[in-house]
Amino acid sequence: MIVIVDYKTGNIASVKNAIDKIGFTSTVSSDPNVIGNATKLILPGVGSFGNGVKMIQSLGLWDVLNKKVIDDKTPILGICLGAQIMTNSSEEDMMHKGFGWVNAETVRFNFNDKTSKMKVPNIGWLEVKQCGDDKIYHGINDIQSFYFSHSYHFSFNEDSSINGMANYGYNFPASFVKNNIIGIQFHPEKSHSFGLNLIKNFITKY
Amino acid sequence: MTNYRTIPIILIKGNGVYKSINFKKLNYIGDPLNTIKIFNDKGADELIILDINATNNNTEPNYGLLSNLAYECNMPICYGGGIKSLNQIEKILSLGYEKISLNTIAFQNPKFVMEACKNFGSSTIVVSIDTKKSMFSSPKVFINSGTKSTGVDAVSYARAIESLGVGEILLNSIDRDGTMLGYDMNLVQSVSNAVQIPVIACGGANNWENIEDVTQTAKASAAGVGSFFLYQKSHRAV
Repeated sequence: MIVIVDYKTGNIASVKNAIDKIGFTSTVSSDPNVIGNATKLILPGVGSFGNGVKMIQSLGLWDVLNKKVIDDKTPILGICLGAQIMTNSSEEDMMHKGFGWVNAETVRFNFNDKTSKMKVPNIGWLEVKQCGDDKIYHGINDIQSFYFSHSYHFSFNEDSSINGMANYGYNFPASFVKNNIIGIQFHPEKSHSFGLNLIKNFITKY
Repeated sequence: MTNYRTIPIILIKGNGVYKSINFKKLNYIGDPLNTIKIFNDKGADELIILDINATNNNTEPNYGLLSNLAYECNMPICYGGGIKSLNQIEKILSLGYEKISLNTIAFQNPKFVMEACKNFGSSTIVVSIDTKKSMFSSPKVFINSGTKSTGVDAVSYARAIESLGVGEILLNSIDRDGTMLGYDMNLVQSVSNAVQIPVIACGGANNWENIEDVTQTAKASAAGVGSFFLYQKSHRAV
């Protein structure tokens, strides 16, 4: 059973609608028991890092998610904020720690030492250049545009997990994969048909 | 360079799509679900749906309709109209919307805007600024769907809005709305240069050249488009 984790800040319906459209069924839940029985998890996200972490904790989902992802190795797809919460921490809110499933931090776009100052947040379509493990991008053009909407991005302490790069003033990681853990900064659920393909890859190939 | 976005703006009233001229003279365009299907097929970058009646009639957003529209839509959508509470924002986001546009409430209650940004993230919160030129001075901000003048200068208001943590500004020119006379380049450029956050220019688009100009010369991050897409046969939009 595919479970979309509802921690009351995510763009739940967009993800559910996308999965419906590609012909799979999914359940939206914030119940630890339902999440505990999931065969695949999706951690969506719109919102702020601190609030997201707080909501996961106050709904009693922190431990069950850790267990599912680390002990049971259940495949999990983090989208945008959901993926940022998989990192150690975020400059958006230093009071709250992330899951730390990948050795990365979430940092704000910083153009201080750059000649071209870009607008923040980065909202719009950027090309994603695939690198490393490309299973999640199966059947998708190597350079395909996806929809981004964010002020913060992943910054990896070791780059072995990065499998997609984008450029907004400078290069930043657009996606990562580490065994059963997949994190994506852009919004596949809102990136027309190639976004739907990516979600389908997660469901059928992991 | 990063690509700019072209964003169809769909005005709804009740269950229909309308298009205004100078924020008045509403023309009925058609059914919103059909409109969205067409923009899906055309692969639009984003959509903005504005309920032009909700604030002035003091009604709740039309959740049933909004839910149907979100289900149909394969691209990011922003909703604006009649928002007064964090609960309403949460509810609309949960229907499948990425962004919420605040207008009258943002002017009346800056603290609410800050709360919204804190709860839902900067990139979720857009503030829509309706402006009108005055005879001898700078463009001024209007609220309540353009019916009430505030006397506040548009550029300084945009700066104030940015300081609240808002992720994006939707900048409307009431003078150009529905006229297809081209964007108000001076207005867009002065606001775009004054803030670090993206600005969506709106009002007056007549052709692709206008869109190119407003993004390249006036530095808008995105071009909002109404009549140009809704009426022109060559694009067979609606």
